[in-house]
Amino acid sequence: MSTRLADTGRLIDRTKPLEFRFNGKRFKGFAGDTLASALLANGQVLVGRSYKYHRPRGIIAAGPEEPNALVGLGREGRFEPNQRTTTTELFDGLYATSQNHWPSLEFDVGAVNRVMSRFFPAGFYYKTFMFPRFAWKHLFEPVVRQAAGLGKPPKHRDADRYEYFYYHSDIVVIGGGIAGLQAALQAGRAGVKVLLVEQTAHWGGRAPVDGAKIAGKPAADWVAGAVAELQAMDNVTLRNRTMGAGVYDHGYLTAYERLSDHAPEIPGPRHRLWRIRARRIITATGAIERPLAFAGNDVPGVMLAGAVRDYVTNFGVSPGDRTVIVTNNDDAYRTAIALKQAGLVVPAVIDARDSADGDLPARARKLGIRVDTGKAIARVSGNKKVEGVSICMQAGEGSALEEIKCDAVAMSGGWSPVVHLWSHCGGKLDWDRDHAMFRPDPNRPPTGADGAGFVIAAGTANGHLDTASVLADAHEAGRRAATETGGKPADDTAPQAAGEAAAPMLPVWQMPQGASKKLQMKAFLDYQNDVKVSDVRLAAQEGYESVEHTKRYTTLGMASDQGKLSNINGLAILADSLNADIPAVGTTTFRPPYQPISFGAIAGDARGDLFKPVRRTPIHDWLDANGAHWEPVADWRRPYTLQKPGESVKDAVRREILNTRQNVGLLDASTLGKIIVKGPDAGRFVDMLYTNMMSNLAIGKCRYGLMCSENGFLSDDGVVARLSEDTFLCHTTSGGSDRIHAWMEEWLQTEWWDWKVYTANVTEQWAQIGIVGPNARKVIEAMGVEGMDVSREAMPFMTFQDGSIAGITARAFRISFSGELSYEIAVPASQGRAFWDAALKAGAAHGIQPYGTEALHVMRAEKGFIMIGDETDGTVIPQDLGLHWAISKKKADFLGKRAQQRSFMRDENRKQLVGLATEDPAVVLPEAAHAIEGPKRDNGMENIIGHVTSTYYSPTLNRSIAMALIKGGSRRMGEVLSFPVGDGKVIRAKVVDPVFLDKDGERQNA
Amino acid sequence: MLILTCPNCGIAADETDLAPGGEAHITRHGPEASDDEFEGYLFHKRNPKGVHFERWRHAFGCGKWFHAARDTATLEVFGTYPAQTLEPPKALQALIRKKRPDWEGFQK
Repeated sequence: MSTRLADTGRLIDRTKPLEFRFNGKRFKGFAGDTLASALLANGQVLVGRSYKYHRPRGIIAAGPEEPNALVGLGREGRFEPNQRTTTTELFDGLYATSQNHWPSLEFDVGAVNRVMSRFFPAGFYYKTFMFPRFAWKHLFEPVVRQAAGLGKPPKHRDADRYEYFYYHSDIVVIGGGIAGLQAALQAGRAGVKVLLVEQTAHWGGRAPVDGAKIAGKPAADWVAGAVAELQAMDNVTLRNRTMGAGVYDHGYLTAYERLSDHAPEIPGPRHRLWRIRARRIITATGAIERPLAFAGNDVPGVMLAGAVRDYVTNFGVSPGDRTVIVTNNDDAYRTAIALKQAGLVVPAVIDARDSADGDLPARARKLGIRVDTGKAIARVSGNKKVEGVSICMQAGEGSALEEIKCDAVAMSGGWSPVVHLWSHCGGKLDWDRDHAMFRPDPNRPPTGADGAGFVIAAGTANGHLDTASVLADAHEAGRRAATETGGKPADDTAPQAAGEAAAPMLPVWQMPQGASKKLQMKAFLDYQNDVKVSDVRLAAQEGYESVEHTKRYTTLGMASDQGKLSNINGLAILADSLNADIPAVGTTTFRPPYQPISFGAIAGDARGDLFKPVRRTPIHDWLDANGAHWEPVADWRRPYTLQKPGESVKDAVRREILNTRQNVGLLDASTLGKIIVKGPDAGRFVDMLYTNMMSNLAIGKCRYGLMCSENGFLSDDGVVARLSEDTFLCHTTSGGSDRIHAWMEEWLQTEWWDWKVYTANVTEQWAQIGIVGPNARKVIEAMGVEGMDVSREAMPFMTFQDGSIAGITARAFRISFSGELSYEIAVPASQGRAFWDAALKAGAAHGIQPYGTEALHVMRAEKGFIMIGDETDGTVIPQDLGLHWAISKKKADFLGKRAQQRSFMRDENRKQLVGLATEDPAVVLPEAAHAIEGPKRDNGMENIIGHVTSTYYSPTLNRSIAMALIKGGSRRMGEVLSFPVGDGKVIRAKVVDPVFLDKDGERQNA
Repeated sequence: MLILTCPNCGIAADETDLAPGGEAHITRHGPEASDDEFEGYLFHKRNPKGVHFERWRHAFGCGKWFHAARDTATLEVFGTYPAQTLEPPKALQALIRKKRPDWEGFQK
């Protein structure tokens, strides 16, 4: 059983005991512990259940590669699932719960899957749930959803704060081990700006654990000196607990800083996402040890050899009293030596190689440790913890030669450089046959804007495994990066380090070599997703040759650790099954982030009100205080209706419509887009933008116009007013002002750059208020008109005048979207609210009431006016909507003209706009209802001839009204169409003129 | 995330400040165009792996359109230049030819 040792532990402070809870139980640890080391110190070897088979699982690693030991951390607003115990620093009061089991960690019903595991091979779900279709929805999915998954999602709103941090640096060094420190020293001394980030709380990486000596000193002393020197440099910034997360185009880099995860009492944001531009990035990210694939390599107590060393040396924790080491390389002997020196028993080192003659095995033998070469582990016995191992010949098929009792196994399959950040933006890899690892190919780095490589791998991340060459490589990386960013590095050499003569490692992808299928079914590759050697072999057998397909079929490397631990093992098994070379099979794609980062950090401050700032009109606050039922309209909020106390939304809309039609309504139309087009060529320009003629519009007059894309499709509409000889004011839809302004600029800057025209988007400079209804003129006159004449004779429909109303500078347009007598009055935005108040006051005697967008929509539909986005969907040309009158035949050219001449645009069977009157006037068609006609099509589907685009109940007409786009609709007047609406119900509606009210316009011209 | 230097205001702008506008140096075809010409103008855009001329707008900056010459595979940027031109500057074309001897040359 794992326990705390008496005196070792370089990172823990035994004078600072801490208390924490795991599954409700009270545990003790020390400052400096990780949650993983503290759990082991308390003898908690079993920490979770696996994803698919619910196998008992323990801690395997000591770093971010940990696949098993994931827990839920915290409570309520601070609960977070799937947190790694190995990267979670312990603090007083930490609260953790294990995951993926029911009802308890020790007794888990889902573990029945484990017994059934031979019936759940790779692709099981794909194979099983194909047919019948209903079974998936009603039978399989609910069961699978209950059983699958890791942690449960949080239910509470995140109680913490997060932020972004923008940063520029000549060089960013990722990784604060000895390579990163040496590279940063070399670059820092050269005078360039350097940022050094380290994901853990500690500098120096593995070197102090592995007992390296640098420049004649213990590694820990050299590290302390290097950090002190870097901290003293003004041009160098150091950040620990900060992980290089992703490398992107042109030196863009994200880093994830965990500010208070280790100490929740620290005020301020919890995580900070650094968004960095670096001219050069040095990845000194080290390496991750690989497991060996033997049967039972997932039983709690089987750990990576390097991790066992970490727990003993860093945290004073022994994973077991008797630890068997199994390896294919010299490095694992360090673990044997460390355990022995800590007074623990190492029954044997099982080495798959035929001989082990390096310095480290020699030292181990000298300490009296038994070394068995050419041997392998056939299987691990034990269920919730290791009880022993069966030893066999590596070259054989797994016949047991000997059973060794032990309570822990330390395994090492060699080391894989962390090449993730090198690869994120396209850096390529080479297969190093001698060390059986992928390492960065220095000739194929990710390239930046200048065409040069901008990522430099250094140290172990670059494939160097001994201290001396790590330092030399990092020294050169720092020198090169500094030179390339304008620094002047010193012409010196890296500090010297003593090295051990290491014997070559032996690639071992399966243990033993000829393991039977039964053993392969217990040899895990991807622990988190429960992918075994047998699964990858099955995938190959079933024809999966591409590594990307095999990954998705078996889910190898698709868990939250993204295959950090053993993807290489999986690739090697696949290569072996396919009789191919490992480099020919290749790797899957490395994608950012390196480790999962919090959603909070990604969102930063963009949450709540700041998620998407709302545009507000000058009338917004009044509307909000007067019953506005808000709806989003582009970036704006507009009131759908303004409810009176106790009134339903439906009743409010009805009241607003009737009042506007009978008395007078007040509309905040400030969101309407307003763009000034000015210059000697302004007329020529608006003639190109609009389908109809605009250049001959008289000063003081208004004209409705349509804008199309070069595809001919209707894109926006609105009223144009000619303010002067060279000035047009173009109104756009509420959502369209930014888009249309950009559209105008695009043509002026990139096509007609010699035309003398300026544009200005003045949407927010003006409040625009509609006074609409039979009493509109009376209200305006009551407000007090100066400098203009709003009478019927002086200001007819589609004209405007400048002057003042209620003492406020105003431009009054006689335009109407409701079909009523209507004035839209533009006043400076700062006067908008004053004008609104004045209109309400003066209008009180005439029955004035504000109305919202739904009343606006119903009234425009009663008049058969189209709405961009309702009657148009990006595939509709003006001709489809019967707007031929607004398309100039005289103009030689306008945007969209050529496209509208294409044959299928002139097809008379295109969908065309019609009005619809339901046979039962009380029935309102559902939005987007489909019209069908004739027999079903060959595929059994109904023959759809069109769809409803706008549909309302008209209180004015006391019946339902609708518009629809119907194939050949212009020739179908009087036909009755069928609209199935589900449950066998069909609504029948007659094709009618889309103008339902006042076709001659007597009301708007009044 | 790319960085392109706006030739109008001189700012080295992050891609988030820019709006892409597709292939540059497209000739607009209007009402007189044949069906083939118009189809080519609307739909047939080059999408090379290698040297490409693109339109970008400094949308969250000075608002101006400009052109960029870059390698779509390596992301190397050869240069940016104002949009008010019918073909890339001669000096830029010479630079690209020097860096990419296999380049087929600018084609309208």
